[in-house]
Parts: sequence; C-alpha cells; structure tokens
Amino acid sequence: MVKEIERTGIPVVHICTVVPISLTVGANRIVPAIAIPHPLGNPNLDGNEEKALRRKLVERALKALSTEVDEQTVFEN
Amino acid sequence: MDKLRVVHYINQFFAGIGGEEVADHRPEVREGVVGPGMALQSGFKGEAEIVATVICGDTYFGENTEQAKKEVLELIKKYDADLFIAGPAFNAGRYGFACGTMAEAVEKELNIPSITGMYIENPGADMFKKSVYIVSTKDSAVGMKDAVAKMAPLALKHAKGEAIGTAAEEGYMERGIRENYFAEKRGSERAVDMIIKKLKGEEFETEYPMPDFDRVEIAPAIKDMSKATIAIVTSGGIVPKGNPDHIESSSASKYGSYDISGVDVLTEATYETAHGGYDPTYANDDPNRVLPVDVLRDLEKEGKIGKLYETYFATVGNGTAVASAQSFAKEYSQKLKEDGVDAVILTST
Repeated sequence: MVKEIERTGIPVVHICTVVPISLTVGANRIVPAIAIPHPLGNPNLDGNEEKALRRKLVERALKALSTEVDEQTVFEN
Repeated sequence: MDKLRVVHYINQFFAGIGGEEVADHRPEVREGVVGPGMALQSGFKGEAEIVATVICGDTYFGENTEQAKKEVLELIKKYDADLFIAGPAFNAGRYGFACGTMAEAVEKELNIPSITGMYIENPGADMFKKSVYIVSTKDSAVGMKDAVAKMAPLALKHAKGEAIGTAAEEGYMERGIRENYFAEKRGSERAVDMIIKKLKGEEFETEYPMPDFDRVEIAPAIKDMSKATIAIVTSGGIVPKGNPDHIESSSASKYGSYDISGVDVLTEATYETAHGGYDPTYANDDPNRVLPVDVLRDLEKEGKIGKLYETYFATVGNGTAVASAQSFAKEYSQKLKEDGVDAVILTST
C-alpha cells in the first residue's frame, strides 16, 4: 500500500515495528514503532506519558515527510 | 496408442500473414500444421499430432478480447483435442496476453489440458503464470528451438496426466503451488550445506524464494508542514465499533473509508480493531495506539500541520494478498490525489 500511495507522487511515511519487512516491501521513509500490537503506544506508561510517546513518534513521522531522501531511510530519531 | 490430437494457437505474424498492418486479422482455423507448429510437431516424436492451427491477429484479440476468446473457443471445439498449445509468444505483449487468455480459457471451459510459453517479462506471464503452465522462453524467436525443447515434453506429460516436476525441473514459471515430499537430508543439514556453498561463493538454490518486490520513485518532501493536509491509513484494522464493512480478520478482501471529521480522539467505545493477527487488547483499549488521531488533532490545533484529512482508510494486513493490498491502495490513493492530500502516514501492526 505504501508503494501504491507513493506511486501517485504523494510522500508517505511508514510507521511500523518490523522495519526489515518495510524495507523489503519498499517503503522509502520509515519510522520504527514500539510494538506490533501497539505501534504508537505503550500500555505500561500512564496516560500522559503514553500520549507524549505517541506524539514523539508522530512528530518524527512529520520530520521524515519533511526530509528529502534519495534512498530508503529509517528515521531512528 | 493413437496419437494425441493437438490444436495450436498462433498470431498473424507467425502464420506468415503479416505484421502490425494485419494485426486486426479475425480468428481463422487451418487444418494441420502452420509455422512454428512444425517444430512442436517434431518435438512430439510421433506421440502427438497437430490437427489444426487457430490464427488470430494480436490487435484483434487485444481490443475485442471477450469476443475473440469466444470465437477461438468455437473454432477449437470441433477438433476434439487432447491438448492445446498457444505460442510461444516470447516477449510480444499482446500475443502473450492472447496466449495466456486462451490457454486459461481452453483449460477451464473446454477441459482440455493447455500450456503456453513466453518470456518472463511478457505482461502475459504475470497475469497467467498461476493459472496455466507457462514455459519460460527467451525474449525473441531466436529462442524457438529452446522453447520447443521444453514445451513439447511438458505438453505431452500434461495431456497424459503424468506427474509434472517442479518449475525448475520442467522449465515452466512457478505457479505458487507447494507439494510435500520426503527429503533425503533433514532441514538442518540442508541449511548448513547451503550456507557453506554461500560462504564459498558457490551457487546454491534457496528452498524458500522471497517474492519479488518492485520499487517506486521517492516522492519529494513536504516544504511547509503547517500548510499540509495529512491523511492517515492503516493496515492495523482500526474500524468503527462493530466493523460496519465486515472487513475480514485475515486475508482481507476489502478496505474501509471512515469519516473522522469532528473526531478528536478514538475511544474504546467508538472504535476497535478487526485485525486477527495480533492481540487486540491494546488497540481495543485505546485505538489511538494504532491510528494516532488524538495526537494529530493536537498538532492540527497547534498549527504544526495544516489539516488532518477528514477520511481515514483501513484494512487488515494479515495474510492479505499483495494484489489485494495494491488494488485497495490504488483506489484510495486516487481519491487522496483528487482531494489534494499532501502526505500520508501509514501505520502497520
């Protein structure tokens, strides 16, 4: 799906836990997530901390979308 | 034993009628062998005989596929054939499409064993390699001898209902069919053998080839995020409570489009996951953990992004066919494009 979206010329960032799959499939901007059942959360944190964690990941995704890349790039931070 | 009766399908070019200028040639049938049928015939070594050759122009077939298919099937019917062979088409796209279409139709509708042959990158190959035996040939008619050497024996086996070996042994394109067998060596030994060969730089054959994935051109970055419309898409199965579109928990056959205008946060009461491939507890408790609507709304209010697009798209990425996912995304991407969406965040579980 990432590729079909990008094929139309719209930049896309893939937030996912299993980065190697995303690389194999061909996503060009990748943000590693927390865990498979809760990619953008952590049930062990309290509500506010968890939302702050999610915000950090979404901001990283926006940063990835604002960054020109010339090859598949994993945005670790 | 009587010789097997074979009907052969070729295009106007191989029939010697002409090239592109006569590619609208309507289907016709000639008794016996025409053109490349000669080589096939000798490849049968007396076990089979081409009783008729159907000829059709590639453009006629491509532009009137349903009609042409019907006409060709009618022509084939009366010959009471034991075997149907189309091509080989090498890298001729429309011819490959016609050969694949006819081989599939004859096998399915007339119940006559069928095979064809073409070059791996012929568009007909990807379209039909799973439904019919397609022998892998070179990209031009220079490879005729080689093609016939593989097609004739495979065709005979298929017609006689004999066991057919693996794609590599027989020279056809992999059909994605697995067959169990007893290996002489156990898995650990085979794996060690393979890695030793790999370390020595020798050729080895994987037992589990990875599918081919193509690459797309990287889209340019967003210049001004504060003016950008951002859409969210997920393969994590987040749907309105009750899963109104009945998206399947695995091998999804569809995706959903859901309006989130006015939704500031996804709650346990209003959304859930339809995904059957991970523990749904965390996503059901707080669906924002998969589809971060709450945070994106905050960023929208703060002016960090221009706007959150009012619709999100979701499917279940759990054993879902690549082809299905492609067609879902093709469809909603068109909508994203039309609605002026600048960038997409896609989340996966």
